[in-house]
Amino acid sequence: MHQHEHDLLNPVHAHAHADVWLSDVSAGYGHRTALRHVSVAVEPGSLLAVVGPNGAGKSTLLKLMAGLARPWTGRIEVLGQPAGREARRVAYVPQAELVDWAFPVTVEDVVTMGRFPRLGPVRRPGADDRRAVRVALEQVDMIRHLHTQIGRLSGGQRRRVFLARALAAEPDLFLLDEPVTGIDARTQELLMDILEAQAARGKTVVATTHDLACAAQRFQQVLAINRTVVAYGPSNLVLDTGVLARAYGGHLLVLEGSTVVLDDAHHHDEAAPGERHFHEGEPR
Amino acid sequence: MHLVLDPLQYGYFLRALAASALVGTVCAVVGTYVVLRGVAFIGDAIAHAGFPGIVAAYLLGLPLYLGATVAAVGTALAIGVVTRRAGIRQDTAIGVLFAGTFALGVFLFSTISGYVADLFSFLFGQVLAISPTDLLALSALGLGVIAVVALLWKELLYATFDPLGAAASGIQVDRLELLFLALVGVTIVVSLQAVGIILVVAMLVTPAATAQVVTVRFTRLMLSAALFGVASAVVGLYASYWLDVASGATIVLVQTLWFTVTLLLGPRGLLARRRGRVSGGALSEEDEEDEATLATAAIG
Repeated sequence: MHQHEHDLLNPVHAHAHADVWLSDVSAGYGHRTALRHVSVAVEPGSLLAVVGPNGAGKSTLLKLMAGLARPWTGRIEVLGQPAGREARRVAYVPQAELVDWAFPVTVEDVVTMGRFPRLGPVRRPGADDRRAVRVALEQVDMIRHLHTQIGRLSGGQRRRVFLARALAAEPDLFLLDEPVTGIDARTQELLMDILEAQAARGKTVVATTHDLACAAQRFQQVLAINRTVVAYGPSNLVLDTGVLARAYGGHLLVLEGSTVVLDDAHHHDEAAPGERHFHEGEPR
Repeated sequence: MHLVLDPLQYGYFLRALAASALVGTVCAVVGTYVVLRGVAFIGDAIAHAGFPGIVAAYLLGLPLYLGATVAAVGTALAIGVVTRRAGIRQDTAIGVLFAGTFALGVFLFSTISGYVADLFSFLFGQVLAISPTDLLALSALGLGVIAVVALLWKELLYATFDPLGAAASGIQVDRLELLFLALVGVTIVVSLQAVGIILVVAMLVTPAATAQVVTVRFTRLMLSAALFGVASAVVGLYASYWLDVASGATIVLVQTLWFTVTLLLGPRGLLARRRGRVSGGALSEEDEEDEATLATAAIG
């Protein structure tokens, strides 16, 4: 193991400064282990991509950070508190497969949901909330589709709406599960520009992705995992073929000067028990 | 003889009319969430679970509604807890509880000698026999359910649409789930006298399912469901009065007929799909800009 890779594996010890801090975390569903001995510290203002093959535990890691799953062992702190405690300062966007796109809501309805937690029970959205919703939709260039039912949107438009919901919540931490999967290059640029701007303002962004090119070019930091941490650090150091070979095992094909990962971006094998998956054209 | 006005001279018919309208509204409001969550089976299970509660209350000389409420809400919460804690699939847990509780009801029922009309009316519904006190109690319960939904509509909506996103942002999704199941339990108790245990699931599901064919906006969906629910309850009640047939079954038949016609002829119905005007599962009413969206939206 090269010395610099070894350093990357060490968690930052000053966890008081980290927005997301995991110490020796193991987790899974039922008897199946999804993650083993994960230690990571994410500094405020980070723009972090979580990469790894299918079943590597990327979604599980994000859910642990969001407080949606509890670790078997180890400690997780988010925004200085145990995971889940500072929930109103966290915006989580699930994978597109976990959303029921035939649900009777419009773009405006979905983005307004981002405002619900700060309203608390009983109170209804007011002028401030409507303004925040419009600002968020203008940012993602979806204001024209305010009254469109979400099932009628393209894949890229759907991701933009969910990012707008996260923006409308004005969180300190963005947790995004596959935000750039299955979208066109223009939308990817737009989403990454927005996330970059949020990170520049000191917000922390953690996103899982299958897109290694995007991770290398648009994210500052990369966390490569395969059930445990393989490498963590600046994207140019982590995304070298040696690290990728360990993260992806036999699914990596190294051609002269370029790397090809044989991985199916639409396959998801990390579904937690009880999760409903929705696919296009499915009768409901 | 007047078709509409004649029955209104009888107090029992007016009470039945009020009860049917109440049940139509409450069931539609709660049923909208039931349909969107895809938990119709839970509604059926909770309804059947009310039966042993009613029979036990009868045997103990307690108010029948008290027994029904305790059993229905208790089973609703048990389904919620067993599903989450025991790691058993929800439909399996429901299947076990559904049959088990109903069997207990039939078992207890068979220990009673002789014919008990009161208990039979809970199985098949007898809204024309509703007493003024019952109507008052059911109205209070029904309005309570609607009040809770009105207070928590946005949390319920978020948790139903995207439970993960809602939970991550601090909405108490687990507690809301239990509360929702309890609301289903109370709604069913409110509906028992009108349509009975065996048919109550139709009151929950059919109006909301009919509304789903007509609109893709949440608020309109709930309002149309309530409209369908009340209208079919009133039409069904009149039909059962004039034809001298069972009221619960007639109400459900009217709903089913309405659903079938809407499904065939409605704006998002099967014939509309046939003509190719509707693609995918969802059509918005704001169609001017949406047609343009549709042209570009193909990828999932």
